[in-house]
Amino acid sequence: MIALALPAQDSGSFTPPGIDEMHLPAILPWGAHDGFSKQMLLVILSVVIIATFFILAARKQQLVPGKLQFAGEMAYGFVRNSIAKDIIGGKDFIKYVPLLFSLFFFILVNNIYGAIPVIQLPSFSHVGGAYVMAGIVYFTWIIIGIKKNGLKYFKLATVPSGVPWYILPIVVPIEIISNFLVRPVTHSLRLFATMLAGHLIVMLAGSGIEFLVMQENVLLKGASVLVLVGAVAMYMLEALIMALQAYVFTLLTAIYIEGALHADSH
Amino acid sequence: MNQLIISAATEGEAKSNPLVPNVWEMGVVLVGFAVLMYIVVKFVVPMFEKTFAERAEAIEGGIAKAEAAQAEASAALEEYKQQLTDARAEANRIREEARAEGAQILADLKAKAAAESARITEQAHAAIESERQAAVVSLRSEVGTLATTLAGRIVGEALTDDQRAARVVDRFLADVETQSAGAAK
Repeated sequence: MIALALPAQDSGSFTPPGIDEMHLPAILPWGAHDGFSKQMLLVILSVVIIATFFILAARKQQLVPGKLQFAGEMAYGFVRNSIAKDIIGGKDFIKYVPLLFSLFFFILVNNIYGAIPVIQLPSFSHVGGAYVMAGIVYFTWIIIGIKKNGLKYFKLATVPSGVPWYILPIVVPIEIISNFLVRPVTHSLRLFATMLAGHLIVMLAGSGIEFLVMQENVLLKGASVLVLVGAVAMYMLEALIMALQAYVFTLLTAIYIEGALHADSH
Repeated sequence: MNQLIISAATEGEAKSNPLVPNVWEMGVVLVGFAVLMYIVVKFVVPMFEKTFAERAEAIEGGIAKAEAAQAEASAALEEYKQQLTDARAEANRIREEARAEGAQILADLKAKAAAESARITEQAHAAIESERQAAVVSLRSEVGTLATTLAGRIVGEALTDDQRAARVVDRFLADVETQSAGAAK
């Protein structure tokens, strides 16, 4: 942070990159909007990558898997067993595996873009995608809850059992707000904010290094090495967070679905 | 540093709100995810699940087969052991029988030999008896002749007359008999 702050103290000429730098010029501009952005291309590319990889891996269906099939089975088995089976459990967890599997790898690939040189842009650094993902999950668990418990589900989800009646006026609004209003917002913003922040830090470090290297002062030039070291450390941390956020998002989805399925026992 | 943060914040707020989404991007993500979901539901998950099920079945089938083989092997072992025991018992029985038979044969032979020896002894006795009888008879006649001859020589009188000779001999013998009978008394 000190290294990052140095140039600002030195002269007013350093302008750090802001949120607006997130909006790269559209690849194919149209209408009043930004047109076809890099994020859109990356999202489409991610679908192609994931579908191609897993169809190739699963296609052979050998009992003794080859390397590709083994890698695919490991990845699929991770979501199937470590997330779906462990969290949702029961006999019908398999119904939710496709959703969780798609969510995990869709978000993972779109996040990892941020760690790949040249691409270096996580798709969810734009909030729209995160809203869509959280929205899909939001409606999914509400529909599951209603299907499972009927309209009584809303009572089960907002009125916790075993709470004295005189506390209910406080608890019920809190439950409504936390379950039905705050949950989708945090679910989407958690993903979006981590990706945006990670991307901003990488941009900031990049432009900071550039600025420092251009300076006449040898000490300031040397300081760019510090920024570089910090940037590499942040890059590692970001790569970890990218994978972690995909996992957290999927895990929360599984927890929400489980909560909707077993609303009566909560 | 404060200046930096403030400038970044004001700049960001002034030009664009990062929380306002781009509708087109949302559409792309929604459609992209829907396509991915379709592919996953239609192809990826069924293929993986089928492979998993087949693998589980293969492993369970292998275990069942191994168990069957083991059961078969232990049954064969049991049968073999049973046969071995039977064979041992059979051998024992045969040995016992042979021993009994041998004893029987030995006893028979002994009996037969005893009978034979008895018969031979009997025959020998009979032969000796008959020879003794013969000897007695011949002795009697010979003693008569000898005695007659002797007496004739001693007496000097011809005892050729058979009738007389026979009378003398009978008398002599009778004397002998009475003498021996008196001795016995």
